[in-house]
Amino acid sequence: MSALNALTIAAARDALRARQITSAELTEACLGAIEAAGALNAFVHHTPEIARAQAAAADARLAAGDAPSLCGIPLGIKDLFCTKGVPSQAASNILRGFRPEYESTVTQNLWDAGAVMLGKVNMDEFAMGSSNETSCYGNVVNPWRRGNDPTPLTPGGSSGGSASAVAADLCLGATGTDTGGSIRQPAAFTGIVGIKPTYGRVSRWGVVAFASSLDQAGPMTKTVRDAAIMLGTMASHDPKDSTSADLPVPDFEAALTGDIRGRKIGIPREYRMDGMPPEIERLWSEGAAMLRDAGAEIIDISLPHTKYALPAYYVVAPAEASSNLARYDGVRYGHRAKLGPGDGITEMYEKTRAEGFGDEVQRRIMIGTYVLSAGFYDAYYNRARKVRALIKRDFEQVFAAGIDAILTPATPSAAFGLGEMADASPVEMYLNDVFTVTVNLAGLPGIAVPTGYDAKGLPLGLQLIGKPWGEGDLLNHAYVLERAAGFVGKPAKWW
Amino acid sequence: MSIDIDTARKVAHLARIRVPEARLPALADQLSGILSFMEQLNEVDVTGIEPMTSVTPMRLKRRADVVTDGNIQASILKNAPDAREGFFAVPKVVE
Repeated sequence: MSALNALTIAAARDALRARQITSAELTEACLGAIEAAGALNAFVHHTPEIARAQAAAADARLAAGDAPSLCGIPLGIKDLFCTKGVPSQAASNILRGFRPEYESTVTQNLWDAGAVMLGKVNMDEFAMGSSNETSCYGNVVNPWRRGNDPTPLTPGGSSGGSASAVAADLCLGATGTDTGGSIRQPAAFTGIVGIKPTYGRVSRWGVVAFASSLDQAGPMTKTVRDAAIMLGTMASHDPKDSTSADLPVPDFEAALTGDIRGRKIGIPREYRMDGMPPEIERLWSEGAAMLRDAGAEIIDISLPHTKYALPAYYVVAPAEASSNLARYDGVRYGHRAKLGPGDGITEMYEKTRAEGFGDEVQRRIMIGTYVLSAGFYDAYYNRARKVRALIKRDFEQVFAAGIDAILTPATPSAAFGLGEMADASPVEMYLNDVFTVTVNLAGLPGIAVPTGYDAKGLPLGLQLIGKPWGEGDLLNHAYVLERAAGFVGKPAKWW
Repeated sequence: MSIDIDTARKVAHLARIRVPEARLPALADQLSGILSFMEQLNEVDVTGIEPMTSVTPMRLKRRADVVTDGNIQASILKNAPDAREGFFAVPKVVE
């Protein structure tokens, strides 16, 4: 058996249940790997005491038999999730020192199933970013490199710490969150699997809010099967989240039959962007061929409002963010600025927020404030919500016409170098989400699967988009793609 | 629509974020760039389209109007930068 921390969740589960390994051994292997991977800056709050206690409890449960799939499995938790007594600061200075008095529903579900928390992982501040360069903890580094070129690359964002940690085998899986592509883009940049479920499948309670109508948590894992296992535990109906769906959670792993004969896969022509790199185009057509070889029917489709998804997103998401982030005022938790003589409450708010929020977060709050302000609400916010309705209708129409899943590239390129976008405008950075953001606007499930490499040997991923509540089917399509592509690459260890 | 320095100052104040005068021109530029990107939305015919208000068609659940928790004052104040005598403390608001 290779290093224990390199196991998939499914393989570790089987070995744990067969009593070939213990959760204590598995957890120590991960803690050791984390200790040796400081250069990646993926883990930012380490919780070895909690991990060892949970591992011991899991081993007891395993010994008693009848342990759930995630029992004894060590995971990384994105810093956006509130974890009781453990720093949870959304990678922001404004939440420095914040230790929640409560546990998010998603993490509670994981602990109830016996999972082990290794620590909190890095991310873009308040999940706003596509390169993990806006974190108060500093950049996360992608374990992948361009061959022998030591240039540090971005793992993508905002769930960059989760992606880097899973790709480098620091943990068996990690939680991510996705508002415009923050699970799928980093998964594609690091050669792992990431699924954003249907809006409402996973509770948002206790997850620091960015844009409430778009945010959804999901697993980031080494394989599609692991994603199915972990999603099954993360998902639940939660009365504490009013948008949580009151639907039973199916057995997603059981949906992985590998049989997609007769399924109709849509290829949206609007995703063929001007100037798309030939290697992305090739990856996409190879993916379509793999699904066709598996017996699916490939059909050209049109999603006519695709072009307007990014501008609509960059109205709706900042508008919601400006409202959600109003709570960081230096009164109830987190940072409060030092006040000068004569400073009143307005100065306290303004100084606290100027010191606590980074540039990108400040920018988005201000854009949101502007589009919601008197006189512009109709011109920007209401118009964007109407365009959002049209984007959702595009998808409804193709699904109504019999399409089962939609295949697109996950990202417009492979991982780029940290700092390479430093001189780019905010809008250029936003283009990273061009293929993923439509899915959040429409509330659909989407999954990124690694299927190939660029010319420099970096992983590339494809995205499959499914019908609402059809995660099982979607995972099965992804499973077929994963098996056909046979992507087994791992980054060469340099850290 | 482009944002001038006065508008940038006003937006920063509305957002309760202190922005030094020297940084306002750059901020106005960046906000204008983002807004001009959004102008593309004006190309879309939205006649007769209702603004999307709910991702999944659903009626929000109701529950009985009763207290479901409470008596957790210490927990609530635990993370406050300044808590005194069971309250959040802030600079004087009323003269």
